[in-house]
Amino acid sequence: MSENFERHAYDILIIGSGGAGLRAAVAAAEGGAKVAVLGKSLLGKAHTVMAEGGVAASLGNVDPADGWETHFYDTMRSGHFINNYKMVEVFAKEAPDRVLELEQWGAVFDRTPEGRIMQRPFGAHTFRRLAHVGDRTGMEIIRTMEQKILTVNVDVFQEITATKLFIDNGRVAGTVAYYREDGRFALFTAKAVVIATGGWGKAYKVTSNSWESTGDGAALAFRAGAELVDMEMVQFHPTGMVWPPGVRGLLVTEGVRGEGGLLRNSEGERFMEKYDPQRMELSSRDVVARSIYKEVQAGRGTPHGGAWLDITHKGPEYIKRKLPGMYQQFMALADVDITKTKFEVGPTIHYTMGGIKVDALTCATNVPGLFAAGECAGGLHGANRLGGNSLADILVFGKRAGDGALEFIQGHEGTPKVEEAEVQAEIERVLQPVGQESGENPYALHEQLQEIMANHAGISRNGPELEQGLQKMLELKERAKSMSAPGSRTFNPGWHSVHDVRNMITLCEAIIRGAIERKESRGAQWRLDHPDELEEYGKINFVHKMEDGEVKTYTSPVAEMTAELQELFQLGAAPGIAKSGKKE
Amino acid sequence: MAQSAETIHGSKSKSGAAWWVEPYLTVLALGLFGVYSLWLVFFQHTGQFQNYLSPFFSPTEDWGIKVLPALWVLWAPLLFRATCYYYRKEIYRGFFHDPMACGVPESRRKFYFGETRFPFIWTNLHRWFWYIALVVLVFLWIDAVKAFIFPVAGGGSTFGVGLGSLIMLVNVSLLTMYSLSCHAFRHLVGGGSQKFSCADGSPTTRYKLWNTVSRWNEKHGLFAWVSMFSVWFTDVYIRLLIYGVIHPVRFF
Amino acid sequence: MAEEITLSVFRGDRSGGREQEYKIPAVPGMVVLDALHYIQAHQAPDLAVRWNCKAAHCGSCSAEINGSAKLLCKTRVDDYTDEVIHVRPMHTFPVIKDLVTDVSWNYEKLRQIPAFQPAIKAPFTLHQRDVDRIQEFRKCIECFLCQNICHVLRDHSAKDAYWGPRMMIRMAELQMHPLDTADRIDLLKGSAGIGYCNITKCCTVVCPQGINITDNGIIPLKERVADKYFDPLGGLVRKMHK
Repeated sequence: MSENFERHAYDILIIGSGGAGLRAAVAAAEGGAKVAVLGKSLLGKAHTVMAEGGVAASLGNVDPADGWETHFYDTMRSGHFINNYKMVEVFAKEAPDRVLELEQWGAVFDRTPEGRIMQRPFGAHTFRRLAHVGDRTGMEIIRTMEQKILTVNVDVFQEITATKLFIDNGRVAGTVAYYREDGRFALFTAKAVVIATGGWGKAYKVTSNSWESTGDGAALAFRAGAELVDMEMVQFHPTGMVWPPGVRGLLVTEGVRGEGGLLRNSEGERFMEKYDPQRMELSSRDVVARSIYKEVQAGRGTPHGGAWLDITHKGPEYIKRKLPGMYQQFMALADVDITKTKFEVGPTIHYTMGGIKVDALTCATNVPGLFAAGECAGGLHGANRLGGNSLADILVFGKRAGDGALEFIQGHEGTPKVEEAEVQAEIERVLQPVGQESGENPYALHEQLQEIMANHAGISRNGPELEQGLQKMLELKERAKSMSAPGSRTFNPGWHSVHDVRNMITLCEAIIRGAIERKESRGAQWRLDHPDELEEYGKINFVHKMEDGEVKTYTSPVAEMTAELQELFQLGAAPGIAKSGKKE
Repeated sequence: MAQSAETIHGSKSKSGAAWWVEPYLTVLALGLFGVYSLWLVFFQHTGQFQNYLSPFFSPTEDWGIKVLPALWVLWAPLLFRATCYYYRKEIYRGFFHDPMACGVPESRRKFYFGETRFPFIWTNLHRWFWYIALVVLVFLWIDAVKAFIFPVAGGGSTFGVGLGSLIMLVNVSLLTMYSLSCHAFRHLVGGGSQKFSCADGSPTTRYKLWNTVSRWNEKHGLFAWVSMFSVWFTDVYIRLLIYGVIHPVRFF
Repeated sequence: MAEEITLSVFRGDRSGGREQEYKIPAVPGMVVLDALHYIQAHQAPDLAVRWNCKAAHCGSCSAEINGSAKLLCKTRVDDYTDEVIHVRPMHTFPVIKDLVTDVSWNYEKLRQIPAFQPAIKAPFTLHQRDVDRIQEFRKCIECFLCQNICHVLRDHSAKDAYWGPRMMIRMAELQMHPLDTADRIDLLKGSAGIGYCNITKCCTVVCPQGINITDNGIIPLKERVADKYFDPLGGLVRKMHK
């Protein structure tokens, strides 16, 4: 049986239509390349829309002492120094330009009294740094990018799922994808491919992530030979909703704390005084999340197992203006008026710091022609991501990946080829579960996967539990080979789920393997059996490779910062503060 | 796809009443007001009772144009209201079922041109009728002032307050608020400008005006109804005085 | 708690379909989307529903619940006590399958709107009061519920003549941007067909973001059209003013 499929040929193919993918597409198209963007959702619906608090960039509009050095310093410190410092450097330097560029394209940020872009404080940022639009900054950015993409010469394919990357002579050659609408197939050949498919927070049950965050691109790249790095680093956001059950995990923006919200335990104690007396509620996310977790474990949790967050002292008018989305969210979904009463929050999976290992300047992977940007790439955030850095990440490295791909196709002659037989074999594999009545239920497997991750590789981890988790994950991997999707090819969510689950299993195995190997506590990785941060582990990243279908884990040295950059950490305080002589 | 019975849309309004209640009430209210107005035009020739003048008959000056007295006045506010953004909603819903309520299926008429053709393209002239209505409003304020100046037996006049004076004052105030909360006015006064800040960062005068009118504009629908009923009520009160059904009440 | 909810969900595709009943256990705080997910996981794995964030940010899960145009993720099951919850796809757009409709027409129209054309280069000096108006419009999540409920599109099938409330709001946000220099008035009066809107306000009623589409967006645009086409006097005054 051979299946008909569409054929499309592009210079640069971008998989993922979130902020990073669209920014890469703009860069590539402005460079004159023939570009296509594939997204598994509609345009403008990607997970970027969920980012609330703001985009971090040292514009210095509110705190003039801020500068790229301070942003660099904050990011390295909260990443516990296993970040790729070169990435952090270009990131901190270029973020302001990327934000201003958005303004040029029509984004409308909140304003300072002087009429400049307003910036708000956020956890572990030394200065007020997050350019924002109320509590819907991600929405503003994805909309701006969507509107920009509609004006440049880029073909956008919506609701299409890529299932495999093809390699020709070691170089990436394209992908096969199916339209979710009717299940017909298309082959996209390209001279370069950019992966920008976001994270895999859906591997956990209590998550702030949308359904799309299943790590498709990272898994595709991994199977095609790309390396993954820092996979053990999965961020818990300290404040997700905990009640009612239907919305458990739904994000409560850090903006609530940025605007002055206070955390208390069931005894009314402002417990962050114990864990981080200097930064209090605005400590880094790993610290705040662990603190809440510890309070709950110690029996000082709220009725549904969280902590109280209280912003009522700011007054209804202020809250409704600065946090309108939060106000509505709690009113509609939990019958709670946050202008009048405190509310329950607890840790929720939020972000995956690890991902495809890339070159800091070009976002190139180890597979020639393959690039990655945004949450699916690793290295920028190290062991913990700062709030606001993800939106800046997708802009800075989205552009760099687009530029990198452009440079690559200019420097490499010819178009790689995809064999017809390879395409047919993949289509056959993808179609196999459709219409099957008997077999594993992908929804059930997804639930079990989430259970394994929550119980064995959650906020607190230890060796034996991780080992058990790995065994369970490997069993799941076997069972997942016989998933079924009753029904037709026409918009069949069960069938879509089959691919999601397969991709998440691949990545979760790497998460657990990384967590086993990193026998220390650092950032998001909290090992009860190894509670201290160890110097020797600060010098290495764990890198995973797929070899003959098996996940292999290696170590790779963390690149040493230049002497100039190292000096920034010898000042005794964050750069801007040390210079201006202000006390932290 | 055919609409089955259970998919009747917008089955309940905000108040919980059935969706058809509001459009029918609109038709009833506007219909009765229309009939009453016609009755005035054709069968009534004055609205004057002592120093009280019915808003339907103001101004009394006819500048030599001889038409029925009420008609002389009525067309202006009528066109102002007929082209009003608020009334348009109610009229299209109530009289034309375009649509009757949100999601309620309409008959699939082939010809729907909205406000792109005659007659409804005329609604674009709303601002012109607003100007004219403003002129009428000036006369109504003069009438309202006159309503506080009572003739004295044997000549001369004196300040006084009667029930009619208060009714006329309230009426003209409501009409003023209706006129000043108008969408076209909101646009003309400042909404049409692109920038609201001066070079030094302070708000422009037009911004301040726009901001104030915007707040009134939120209540435009309310002003539309209460001012219509107040006009009606004022005329009824004065007409009952004219017919001697009731007697004037004078506070001092 | 053994409380049971009954949902009647449209199942079908381009060729037609009918509602089918499902009974599921209630969970506190459950929204209709949760209920549909339960059905997917336990009873009908191929039940098609479009959703992304489940937090009313993305505007994917638009549908009609007991006759009202709503987001599935924001509509709580306990809003409907003792009644069957009927869930149908948006009426105005062609059904692809079950609750998923083909909304591509909206993206075609979005593409036809002249983009933001600032006169100067960022960083801009703009005050909050200058942007308050357009920030309201930029809250739009493109759920297209307004397009769905707009009777011009819904009942008169006038998609060629009128682009619908979403596009009006998009143009309002651009026309009212203090630094934009493009002119969309001819487009508004012409092919975008603003005259087809008879301001019956259903778009405003259904907007899950609470955007005052009619009063703050469409009517001011209609007035701008009137400025140019129906007010020669005002036009003259404005010309002299410049």
